[in-house]
Amino acid sequence: MSDAETRRGIPTGTWPLVLLALAALLSQGLALALGSVSLSPDALLAVLGGGGESLHRTLVLDLRLPRALAAFGTGALLALAGALMQVLLRNPLADPYVLGLSGGASVSALLAMLAGLGGGLVAGAAFGGALASTLIVFGLAHGTGSWTPTRMLLTGVVMAAGWSALISFLLAVSPVEQLPGMLYWLMGDLSYAGSPWLVLGVAALSLVVMAPLGRTLNVLARGGMQAAALGVAVRPLEWTLYLVASLLTAVAVTTAGSIGFVGLMVPHMLRLQLGNDQRLILPASLLAGGTLLTLADTLARTLIAPQQLPVGVITALLGVPSFLYLLYRSR
Amino acid sequence: MTSLEAHGLIVDVPGRASGRPLDLRMAPGERWGVLGPNGAGKTTLLHTLAGLRVPRGGEVHLEGRALSRWRRREVARRLGVVFQERHDEFPASVLETALIGRHPYLSPWQREGETDIARAREALRHLELEHLEDRLVSSLSGGERQRVSLATVLTQAPCWWLVDEPTNHLDLHHQVATMALLEQQARQGCGVVMCLHDLNLAARWCSHLLLLYPDGEACWGAARDMLVPEALERLYNQALTTVDVDGAPVFVPVR
Repeated sequence: MSDAETRRGIPTGTWPLVLLALAALLSQGLALALGSVSLSPDALLAVLGGGGESLHRTLVLDLRLPRALAAFGTGALLALAGALMQVLLRNPLADPYVLGLSGGASVSALLAMLAGLGGGLVAGAAFGGALASTLIVFGLAHGTGSWTPTRMLLTGVVMAAGWSALISFLLAVSPVEQLPGMLYWLMGDLSYAGSPWLVLGVAALSLVVMAPLGRTLNVLARGGMQAAALGVAVRPLEWTLYLVASLLTAVAVTTAGSIGFVGLMVPHMLRLQLGNDQRLILPASLLAGGTLLTLADTLARTLIAPQQLPVGVITALLGVPSFLYLLYRSR
Repeated sequence: MTSLEAHGLIVDVPGRASGRPLDLRMAPGERWGVLGPNGAGKTTLLHTLAGLRVPRGGEVHLEGRALSRWRRREVARRLGVVFQERHDEFPASVLETALIGRHPYLSPWQREGETDIARAREALRHLELEHLEDRLVSSLSGGERQRVSLATVLTQAPCWWLVDEPTNHLDLHHQVATMALLEQQARQGCGVVMCLHDLNLAARWCSHLLLLYPDGEACWGAARDMLVPEALERLYNQALTTVDVDGAPVFVPVR
């Protein structure tokens, strides 16, 4: 019997969460220490302890810490949203990006940039676009017939294709000097993230909201009928899931632009390792998603410094090989 | 008063006339078999009896109260469903799958405890699955998965069993073992409703039969009154020969 065929009966162990929390701390440490001026562990600890040189203090506390925390929060939101969408659609390949949410946000944000609006308004436009796309997909998937996960997934995929055509159109007709900013936004960029407290707060809040639903989500993953037969009020639960996942995505997109792949990959990688108990997968997704994006953003800042890379490129370059490796090993 | 009753029930099979409304009372200890050709609405009826589909007309009553007025969780403690289709898109072990039968009994913050796990293991042992408890369900054969579904409902311990094709994918030994399990549940005071394709399984194991015709007509009653060759030939549109084995009729389709 191979590794993949056996699974410990009930994953009650909290050690994966402990390990992931340590990895999250480590990634924050790296993000704070590395950059144009790199700090030794001693210097970093001195700054965090309230001392250290004033240049180091400015660098770490005013510049790097907000960005590292914003990266962590954004990654956490994206991974959590992906995990919820996958249970909602009973499809391990679902993800808010596949469903066209980021497409709606992108079109709306690009239009705001074309209109010459500033950062805050672009963010607001992205948020509105993501929610509008949510409503369109959900409304159309409802249609006149029955609501099925397959129908919803297809509606989302087709909407995403439509958004992507609109994005290409907008890029084609935009003035050349605006293109770099637009492209960075489309590939994800944390340099204008601003205060990290919104993303961190929303991530923590959604985990609290989802915590009592863990076992119910496990049952829902077995199919809507089966869940109803086991006492789950399926329709209200599906609405809750969809709205929460959409809000998480909208907040993440608003903070850092369009970063694909985290929501799809992180929950799936964790499931391959830990099984599919949502009571473990949801907090694990939050920690692992945050860690991945923090590391990716640190690399994006430092790889070809002083130039910066779009963080979405790094998440894909890091994620694709590790994902393929896990998938290859699992069967 | 733990009966399951249909009052003027018309199941909603799209594109079909309403036919004869069902007015029947199923009591604990009875084993009802639902027979009918493909597309007669057997599964739809089972789902409607479980409250998972809205009927076109009429009501289902559980313990004298309309199913629509029950809380879903309370229904799930009394009424267990074995489905024909299963979703195994996500990885799950056999023990985890049996354990979801405890869901209706646990509060949101509660984890499955020792007694829940003991119940699930007992159910797995009953279905001869104990050696597979750590295996992923997706790696099992069709018959083994069918037994995992039965074990899940056994863990759920309902007073009503609604089973869609209990012997699907099962070998002869496990067909008999499964029907014996359902009979044992009925002896212990449960009611059983099962959709069956196999006329002879129905003849051997059911106390009552409900015949569903493709046009929505239906008739029902005690099994010995319903096993009339002419009625069954009309039901399946197939000529039958009857032979006697151990004093019970066995129906064989004529070539």
